[in-house]
Amino acid sequence: MSLCLQARQLACERDDRWLFEGLDLDIHSGEIVRIEGPNGSGKTTLLKILSGQLSDYHGELYWGGAPMHEVREHFLANLLYLGHAPGVKAGLTPLENLAWYQALSGEQGSESAREEALAHVGLSGFEDVPAGQLSAGQQRRIALARLTLTQRALWVLDEPFTAIDRHGVGALEAQLVAHANAGGCVLVTTHHELTASPVLRRVQLG
Amino acid sequence: MHSSNATIDAPVMSMHDPKGGLVVALNATLKRDLTLMLRRRGEVLNPLVFFALVITLFPIGISPDPELLAAIAPGLLWVAALLAALLSLDSLFRSDYEDGSLEQLLLAPQPLAALGLAKVAVHWLLTGLPLALMAPVLGIMLSLPAGSYAVLALSLAVGTASLSLIGAIGAALTVGLARGGVLLSLLVLPLYIPILIFGAGAVQAAIMGDGVMAHLAILGALLAVALMLAPWAIAASLRISING
Repeated sequence: MSLCLQARQLACERDDRWLFEGLDLDIHSGEIVRIEGPNGSGKTTLLKILSGQLSDYHGELYWGGAPMHEVREHFLANLLYLGHAPGVKAGLTPLENLAWYQALSGEQGSESAREEALAHVGLSGFEDVPAGQLSAGQQRRIALARLTLTQRALWVLDEPFTAIDRHGVGALEAQLVAHANAGGCVLVTTHHELTASPVLRRVQLG
Repeated sequence: MHSSNATIDAPVMSMHDPKGGLVVALNATLKRDLTLMLRRRGEVLNPLVFFALVITLFPIGISPDPELLAAIAPGLLWVAALLAALLSLDSLFRSDYEDGSLEQLLLAPQPLAALGLAKVAVHWLLTGLPLALMAPVLGIMLSLPAGSYAVLALSLAVGTASLSLIGAIGAALTVGLARGGVLLSLLVLPLYIPILIFGAGAVQAAIMGDGVMAHLAILGALLAVALMLAPWAIAASLRISING
């Protein structure tokens, strides 16, 4: 099965207003697709639909050529979604947070791999501090460490640059490009200008 | 990493088939929720304190007459334990919903019903089971006749497991609402009534010296049904809540 997410005639209505209609989208291996649009134009909703979280839409989704509902498990096993909320438990340490995410995908993982992933996002020294005591940017970085830790082909990232400092933004952008160059694909919303991405494709909403 | 037909220009990232590993995911979820709850002891103690306070107030408010108290003790203990369990339900999925863990749970390549069941198990372990163990002590305060303590604890242990399972459906349905507490009670309380009847009935029967097995068997049957159906209902409810 090839890495390919397709949407056909996608439409979504919220409060008697069409967020988008007749949207056709093909996302292939090696691409970075950026969803653009003003606030409230349905970027997050579109990402949630494309990551299989919402069922309240019109149109069809295909994963590797097969209808989504038939291959949902395969799709989920290859998807890494980072939402608006980072999904980091304030009461757990960064290491414990990552351990749970690794276990969710069915692997035990190793402590050293998790420490390495945290070091990669600049959190060495904070491994055992409860995440609630870290700053918003650091909590976001815990979530971003999953990009390094878990091998997934399709990344769906909703505003991943929120609260990240300038240095971190550069590193993350490089990571997105490297992922696309390695054959993965990235679907991202951001108000941040992506400068380092030669393969960027834009989808305009609203 | 690259599949064999990949060209240099367009490498293709290898894709994973679903790995399984449900046991790993379940263990990790149990451990995570237990750790989280034990780090927020106040939240764990809340229902227990509520239970103790309510039971303490009854002898003061009604009458210290042991015979009168003994007659109403089974019902009082069961109602207070049920309300204490209900009180703690609202937070079952709420923090996961607020910090985004819930959507990650829904996107895990694991059956959501099983993961939900793990969360409910932790809830019962830290709410229902302590309530059941505490009830005999509070029973003394209500001069509950000797000989019914074991039945009280057992009926509560089995009954609160059903309460947690059924309550979790309501908690999952109302997790997206800002003030879901009242709605949760309205949704769940009617379903709690059979458990209350047979739970309190078991203790009553023990006091009268009747056979308690019939009541306990029905409680067990209710638990079996809840175990079978509730996980699917919880999973479906969570999906609905996330959709809203």
